Amino acid sequence: MPFDHFLTRRILKSTYVCEVKILAGEAGTDYKPLIEPYRQMRGGIIEALHALMRAYHFIPPKALKDLAKAFRMTEAEVYGVASFYSYFTTKEQGAYVIRVCRSAPCHLENAQGVMELLEKELGIHAGQTTEDGKFTLEWTECVGQCAHAPVYTINREPVTEPKNVFSEQIPLLLEQLRQN
Amino acid sequence: MNILLDGRPEEALRIHAYMLRGGYQGLKRARQTPPQQVIEEIKSSGLRGRGGAGFPTGLKLSFIPQQEDTPRYIICNLDEGEPGTYKDRTLCEHVPHKLVEGLAICAYAIQATQAFIYCRAEYPYLVDVLKQAINQAKQENLLENLDIELRMGAGAYVCGEESALIESIEGHRGNPRFKPPYPAGQGLWQQPTVVLNVETLCNVPFILREGADAFSSVGTPDYPGTKLITLNGDVEHRGCFEVTTGTPIKEIIETVGGGVRQGRALKAIQVGGSSGGFLKASQIDTPLDFAALQKAGGSLGSGAILVLDETRDMVDLCFNIADFYRKESCGKCLPCREGCYRGWQIIRKIQQHQANQQDVENLFLLLDVMKETALCGLGQSFYLPIQSCITLFEEEFQAKLRTEVGGGERIS
Ligand SMILES: Cc1cc2nc3c(=O)[nH]c(=O)nc-3n(C[C@H](O)[C@H](O)[C@H](O)COP(=O)(O)O)c2cc1C
Ligand code: FES
Repeated sequence: MPFDHFLTRRILKSTYVCEVKILAGEAGTDYKPLIEPYRQMRGGIIEALHALMRAYHFIPPKALKDLAKAFRMTEAEVYGVASFYSYFTTKEQGAYVIRVCRSAPCHLENAQGVMELLEKELGIHAGQTTEDGKFTLEWTECVGQCAHAPVYTINREPVTEPKNVFSEQIPLLLEQLRQN
Repeated sequence: MNILLDGRPEEALRIHAYMLRGGYQGLKRARQTPPQQVIEEIKSSGLRGRGGAGFPTGLKLSFIPQQEDTPRYIICNLDEGEPGTYKDRTLCEHVPHKLVEGLAICAYAIQATQAFIYCRAEYPYLVDVLKQAINQAKQENLLENLDIELRMGAGAYVCGEESALIESIEGHRGNPRFKPPYPAGQGLWQQPTVVLNVETLCNVPFILREGADAFSSVGTPDYPGTKLITLNGDVEHRGCFEVTTGTPIKEIIETVGGGVRQGRALKAIQVGGSSGGFLKASQIDTPLDFAALQKAGGSLGSGAILVLDETRDMVDLCFNIADFYRKESCGKCLPCREGCYRGWQIIRKIQQHQANQQDVENLFLLLDVMKETALCGLGQSFYLPIQSCITLFEEEFQAKLRTEVGGGERIS
């Protein structure tokens, strides 16, 4: 028995469907309250960036300024950190960020096909966001679920079925997410 | 033999069930002896790092200066970015208390009161599991003055490299540092620091509970114990399994993995994830052992085993691996930043039937330079998968080359 069927119960319906209510980051927004809990933490800027990503799904320009002040860094340094990591972005993202794994084990199991199907269903290319602001599609590297290859994640939750039948699963799943 | 994956997964967060199985007895035993002796015990067990480099764990702990007045840190590396690897996730999901106990023992050994677990961004669902396990241990008064803090990564393969990981916890870009100084002298916030892999730490409770000899009598003398492997690719049963070191890889694929999928013939395996070397089907009698795999031209690495059947296109796979390196290179040092890109370019050229023999020679030269001069293990390890893939499957690459003279320039 492989030790690996733990996650399969956390699929589609249960978790992420109701989880997402992203806030709109506007010009006048004060990001300090979000940043505050991490200000005293050494190296806390990464955690603060995570908090912003959770709330807004991107790092708004004004938040970069607030971060710089809170952590006594230059804005350039803050941007340097924010742009280094692939799970941080300063570009607006959709409510659902879908990432398709392209590392070797998934690549061998037709990750390209998963991406093409998602592109077709959503009408966008990898790296883009749908006009209604619902979905962002991108490539990612191994998410540590290779036994279920090909793997894609929605807001970081892996979609893994014992038999990953993505061609039937994806349209149904997107339909469900659209209704949210 | 199960040293790591014992107990039932549904009991992962039942601390008393874990204690009934002998859990936290290793920690108790450790605290009854002087820290120095705990390090000696780990040393004589022969335990070597499971994160890829295989460095002797006891020796690493002994590098931390003994005087108590300077702060020192212990970090658990849960970055697990190596493609094809999910053993550390499996451990956290199934035996989180083993990790907490191992961390507490090693923290005691180096007299650290602050520990960090650096968890990759891809595993947000582990946060709750680990936090619960830590809280349970606290409530049972098992951690004494040790504080374990969870820090999240944010999607960068290079942050698995220990000095880059330290930079990331400090709140910087995850660029590796020049060494020396090594983390044992100047690590996190310039203080003595030891970074250990999840699987390494999970072996420690057994060593302290059952004794170093019980551990070193399992598996091969040079790399004792068991190893978690993650079987991927064209096998009947994929997944994470615990295997005694020294088991022939052939046996692993056939018994644990149920053989090659759809009864096809085996073409090659790649052990150690995308930074590991390829082995041909004729080499799969090689035992799962650090030295033996190195001798065969491969590596044990993280323990991921990618099985490839006869239908697989090696040029395409080689390109995929180069693409991974090109994207994950952090850009701090030139050999890696430029080398991964140029290497990728040449392999793409081969794939598109545009390259000639000179291009291949240039690629090999480039790989040599990167292996010798790259700042960290990322750039240095570009060599192994690419070189072994092209050498072992030369015909496939040759078949895509252009034969007319001219074209690619010599770069030496
Ligand atoms: C590019 C790169 C990525 C690495 N990724 C990891 C990783 O994800 N997990 C890990 O434990 N070690 C990783 N390592 C190895 C670490 O640098 C370090 O050797 C290890 O954490 C030490 O732990 P150990 O002695 O217990 O193996 C990586 C090294 C390099 C060069
Ligand atoms: S390679 Fe896709 S999840 Fe690991």
